[in-house]
Amino acid sequence: MHKMHNTPAGRVFDVFNHILLIVMGLVTLVPFLYVIAGSFATEAEIASRPFFLIPETITLDAYRYIFSTTTFIRSIGISIFVTILGTIVSLLLTLTMAYPLSRHNLLGRGIILNLVVFTMVFNGGMIPTYMVVRNLGLIDSLWALILPVAINPFYLIIVKSFFQNLPTELEEAAKIDGCSDMGVFWKIVIPLSKPVIATFTLFYAVFYWNDFFNALLYISDSAKWPVQLLLQQLMMVANVDFGEMDTMLSEPPEESLKLAVVVVATLPILVFYPFLQKHFAKGILLGSVKG
Amino acid sequence: MTQLSIRKNKKSKNQSGSRLTKTQIFIRDKWLYVLLIPGILYFALFKYLPMWGVLMAFQDYSPFLGFWESDWVGFDHFQYFFQNPDFFRLLRNTLILAFYDIIFFFPAPIIVALLLNEVRMQLFKRTIQTLVYVPHFMSWVIIASISYVFLTTSGGAVNAVVEYFTGEKISFLSSPDWFRPMIIGQVIWKETGWGTVIFLAALASVSAEQYEAAIIDGAGRFRRMWHVTLPALRSTIVILLILRLGNFLDQGFQQIYLMTNSLNRSVADVFDTYVYFVGITQGAFSYSTAVGLFKAVVGIILIYGADYVAKKMGQTGLF
Repeated sequence: MHKMHNTPAGRVFDVFNHILLIVMGLVTLVPFLYVIAGSFATEAEIASRPFFLIPETITLDAYRYIFSTTTFIRSIGISIFVTILGTIVSLLLTLTMAYPLSRHNLLGRGIILNLVVFTMVFNGGMIPTYMVVRNLGLIDSLWALILPVAINPFYLIIVKSFFQNLPTELEEAAKIDGCSDMGVFWKIVIPLSKPVIATFTLFYAVFYWNDFFNALLYISDSAKWPVQLLLQQLMMVANVDFGEMDTMLSEPPEESLKLAVVVVATLPILVFYPFLQKHFAKGILLGSVKG
Repeated sequence: MTQLSIRKNKKSKNQSGSRLTKTQIFIRDKWLYVLLIPGILYFALFKYLPMWGVLMAFQDYSPFLGFWESDWVGFDHFQYFFQNPDFFRLLRNTLILAFYDIIFFFPAPIIVALLLNEVRMQLFKRTIQTLVYVPHFMSWVIIASISYVFLTTSGGAVNAVVEYFTGEKISFLSSPDWFRPMIIGQVIWKETGWGTVIFLAALASVSAEQYEAAIIDGAGRFRRMWHVTLPALRSTIVILLILRLGNFLDQGFQQIYLMTNSLNRSVADVFDTYVYFVGITQGAFSYSTAVGLFKAVVGIILIYGADYVAKKMGQTGLF
């Protein structure tokens, strides 16, 4: 492309630029590599070597330990459950609400849209929302991790815009054939929207998996902690009762255990990362289109 | 009297005339309204009911008496808050963090996008992008955990380096002096890479002819970057800056909560964490609602104000 690297100054810049970007990449990557390496290392090695990428002795003790405790397995189960159920609920609510709002001639459309947009600039705040959740009897219920955050208004508006840009011919043809709006929505619109549904499945799933705030607010029963809250308690409060001990180990590994929990809590994100990168970039660019 | 009844007649006639067609439209679109019900219920219950609950800020809410029986106290909580030394501490902490955020974090993705844009080897560019996007998808708990592991004085890698060079350790995690650099550092580490996405998209729309024209005019690489690439980003930068300014007071609750401890609380407390500590853990519902309401109102003023300024400057703005 062009003759940009002809000048000596340009060549120096190129070298400098590549080095800088490589350093940036490493600064991002290396902390994760250390956490992974540390999770397979012995306690003695973590204590004696401040940094390493390959442990001298590789041990599975930390993983063997966390997967032998009910506390950890349960919190992973809760996180998976909330992520799956929450994503389904969020998608259903977002799609069903976005479709009617995408129809220009719907009575009351403008009012509803304005009310939705208003919630993006103003909200009741943490305490009044907490009171509503409490009065609904949702404290210590896993539904509290889903219902109060079920619809993201930004996503709703993006999905609405997507529906607006769908070709209307198919919908009209189906209507002439006697299909109701409900039929059109499920049989025509939803199948046409697979790419946008895939994108927002990932958006919502990442949100639910990573969410720690709602669990902190609404879940005080430690038996119902998702893995993010368990990890926070483990790292910052360090008084987590892990239940029964593993008979194979005399004492639980302390540091490598924390690192192993970090690895497991990150794993789903890393596994789905190729999809995330593709769809999130698409989503953020969809969102940047006004309208 | 007669006039009134005539007007009444006219009105009801009009209403019944239009109501008929509106009802017909409503019946025609009945399934669309059925589809709307769950979503509207969600917004009513979890967005608008709490807005009404904001009235608690003007009450002395007691959980035993309930919303209807609690005493009304007017602006007492606000008055107490503004006279409280906590108010200035919170305002100061929030504003300093927001200011650092704009100065140190905001330009970072722009610079990195410009650097990435200069890379001609597509494979190299894509590899770097793939790497630097990763932290965006990690939860704040993960980021905080990694920070703890690296910054701790008992065997953290960063402190090993610091000790090697200076002979002593720095307690990053508990020192008030290091709290702000740590928070901004975390944001830069987590979000810079991802922040480039939107700028790179804007850069992709710059036509090659503009660069060619600049080359013919004898512009070197840096002048092309300054006169062609950067202006192409201007409207994106302005919009993102407005959004950032609009959220000036929303210094991320999760991040700050996770990095706060009893030793750095004096600089760590911002409006949101204060509301949490005072409201949820100490049960001062009305007072903390008042603090939250103050923050939300200032937030609205900021976002509309920033939008107004942007429009005055000839940019498109948000609304």
